[in-house]
Amino acid sequence: MNMMSEAAVEKALDRQMNDISYKMIGKDVSVYYGEKRALYDVNLNVRENTVTALIGPSGCGKSTFLRTLNRMNDTIDGCRVTGRITLDSDDIYDPNIDVVELRARVGMVFQKPNPFPKSIYENVAYGPRIHGLAKAKADMDAIVEQSLQKAGLWNEVKDRLHEGGTGLSGGQQQRLCIARAVAVSPEVILMDEPCSALDPIATAKVEELIHELRANFTIVIVTHSMQQAARVSQRTAMFHLGNLVEENDTDKMFTNPDDQRTQDYIMGRFG
Amino acid sequence: MSISLLLLIIAVIGVAGYLFGSWRANALAGGKLSSLHSRPGYYGSFVAIWSVLPALVVMLVWIIASPIYISSTVRGGFPEEVKATSQAEQNLAYNMIGAISRGLNTLSAEEREAMFADSATARTVLAAKGVPLAADPAPYMLTSADDLNRMTKASGTFLSILVIVAALAGAFVSYRAIAPKFRARNRVEGVMLVSLIAASSIAILTTVGIVASMATEAIHFFNMVPAWEFFFGTTWDPRFAAAGATASSGQFGLIPLLAGTLYIGFVAMLVAVPVGLFAAIYMSEYASRTVRSVAKPLLEVLAGIPTIVYGFFALITVGPFLRDISAQLNGLVTGNYASFIQAQSVLTAGIVMGIMLIPYVSSLSDDIITAVPRALRDGSLGLGATRSETIKRVIMPAALPGIVGALLMTASRAIGETMIVVLAAGVAARMQLNPFEPMTTVTVKIVNQLTGDLEFTSPQTLVAFALGITLFVITLCLNIYALYIVRKYREQYE
Repeated sequence: MNMMSEAAVEKALDRQMNDISYKMIGKDVSVYYGEKRALYDVNLNVRENTVTALIGPSGCGKSTFLRTLNRMNDTIDGCRVTGRITLDSDDIYDPNIDVVELRARVGMVFQKPNPFPKSIYENVAYGPRIHGLAKAKADMDAIVEQSLQKAGLWNEVKDRLHEGGTGLSGGQQQRLCIARAVAVSPEVILMDEPCSALDPIATAKVEELIHELRANFTIVIVTHSMQQAARVSQRTAMFHLGNLVEENDTDKMFTNPDDQRTQDYIMGRFG
Repeated sequence: MSISLLLLIIAVIGVAGYLFGSWRANALAGGKLSSLHSRPGYYGSFVAIWSVLPALVVMLVWIIASPIYISSTVRGGFPEEVKATSQAEQNLAYNMIGAISRGLNTLSAEEREAMFADSATARTVLAAKGVPLAADPAPYMLTSADDLNRMTKASGTFLSILVIVAALAGAFVSYRAIAPKFRARNRVEGVMLVSLIAASSIAILTTVGIVASMATEAIHFFNMVPAWEFFFGTTWDPRFAAAGATASSGQFGLIPLLAGTLYIGFVAMLVAVPVGLFAAIYMSEYASRTVRSVAKPLLEVLAGIPTIVYGFFALITVGPFLRDISAQLNGLVTGNYASFIQAQSVLTAGIVMGIMLIPYVSSLSDDIITAVPRALRDGSLGLGATRSETIKRVIMPAALPGIVGALLMTASRAIGETMIVVLAAGVAARMQLNPFEPMTTVTVKIVNQLTGDLEFTSPQTLVAFALGITLFVITLCLNIYALYIVRKYREQYE
């Protein structure tokens, strides 16, 4: 990719942002864990081909909100979601929606790298295989290669595709998990503190990768690191005690936020 | 002084030692507890331990040693002609002396006089006091019995004095040792550590003892029957020999028993593994919390049923049911209402044993499946896999080594199971492949060989120990291999 085309991509992205096309729209989203309410009527829209960062102190509900976007909360006993979340105008909590199909469209990368105890190849091929995306072995090989390339891991692992995925370093494992998510060609990728278990160099690689992925995917990332939010995202949403405090352009958020609480959090006065 | 009274005295000294010890520590601290190395309670415990432990050790040694000493002294006093007789006769004489000595204690002084004057009256006199004698005692026995009584009494007195002195001395020495810099806590914890080690060694030593006792008996057996005939013999026909007649030795082939054991175990696993595994998958992956909290204990109740009850169940319900249903089936197909499944058969025993094993399989597998990290589940579900795809492709492969370990442990239970097969499998030691016919197992034959009036020197009885140790080695190997696999699997996620 040369300088010109990269600039062109940036320009195209900027234009898209001006039109503002929303990929996912959350309206009055509330989440309850049994009796306890974790989210209070959150209204948050996710823009297409944009990195949206969710920040806030521990227990503020940012991860909970992230997990409502692909219904991963369904796997938690006693969890209940109210309100309305749409993906390209499909209500994802509609009883007619197949949650399996939804999660194929909205992929997820977790806090701790969680490669399956299989080979690197099988890890990436897992998603395409269960969704029947590849007919022949050659197709699967191509998908695996492309995914690993998109995750910036191909050069490091191309000679040992059939060795165990758990033998990679932490940063490589996390990029393998990203490759695994990318392999099913989702439209949105959710990332739940993807760098919190990684060292600074691995973090830098993953951040660079997020930046590149933005061209093809819509990304929502939960992060504890304000610097990371500032580095990788274009939009930032600040949560506090289960409420959405403020959602704004990242630049504005970190220089001149509208809400006093955002300012206090970013300045390190609480959290 | 009786032993229980002595124990009470030791306990009292111990409690007093504790109180004085902690009181002295407090006094030494002078209100400033930080000047002590340990808290006052540790000083108290230190004194209490030193009062109680040495006294108990002295008591134990004395109780073991003194009867041995007394017995050898009394026997040493036997007249020469008695000493010349066999060991067994000397034992008889000593036992009679013991009985006389018990009787002497119940006599008044005049009765004693009269009896010593004429030893021939002893039997009737003592019988009147409720002490029967086997024969008229020889005159020397009366004096020996008197000696025995005197020595026992002296020994008792000496024991009491010794123990109380030991307790007081221990208390005194340890009390004097208390000083602010004295490390009482480390000493007390050292004693705790030693007692913990002692507790665990008891379990291990017991195992060693059991193996050793089985091995000695088994060696006796192998002296009479060659090992290769036992391990590779294909005929089991022990021929219960009449007492004294050693001519008919019988054949002790292990193979038919082992075949029966493995066959029945195999049928049991065929029942238990799929049912138990599916139950475990349902419990760990699908069941809601309420269902799980009710159903899991219910399933585990099965594990608490005594196996003899399963044996009844096999004998009076499952066996006849299988026999009748096979008769009906045969009738429908051929018109001949003869049952082809016998009530006692490999199938009956296997099915019931399988039912018994279900909770083991399900509970062990459930633990292992639950131990698969949640992150792997989330990772798979997050890629859009369904629950069953996640189980099939991620969870089961990850849990497989652990599950195999659990199944091996279950198999070793199946091999060692006794009561169900005793009642349901039959006793015919045969080698055949038809699951509808009775076969027998190693455990059944152990029971058979050891029940009834038998002398413990014939190969017919001793073979039970050879069978037992064979069974032990098989299950031990299975368990060790299972533990090895389970441990290896644990390392993957730690």
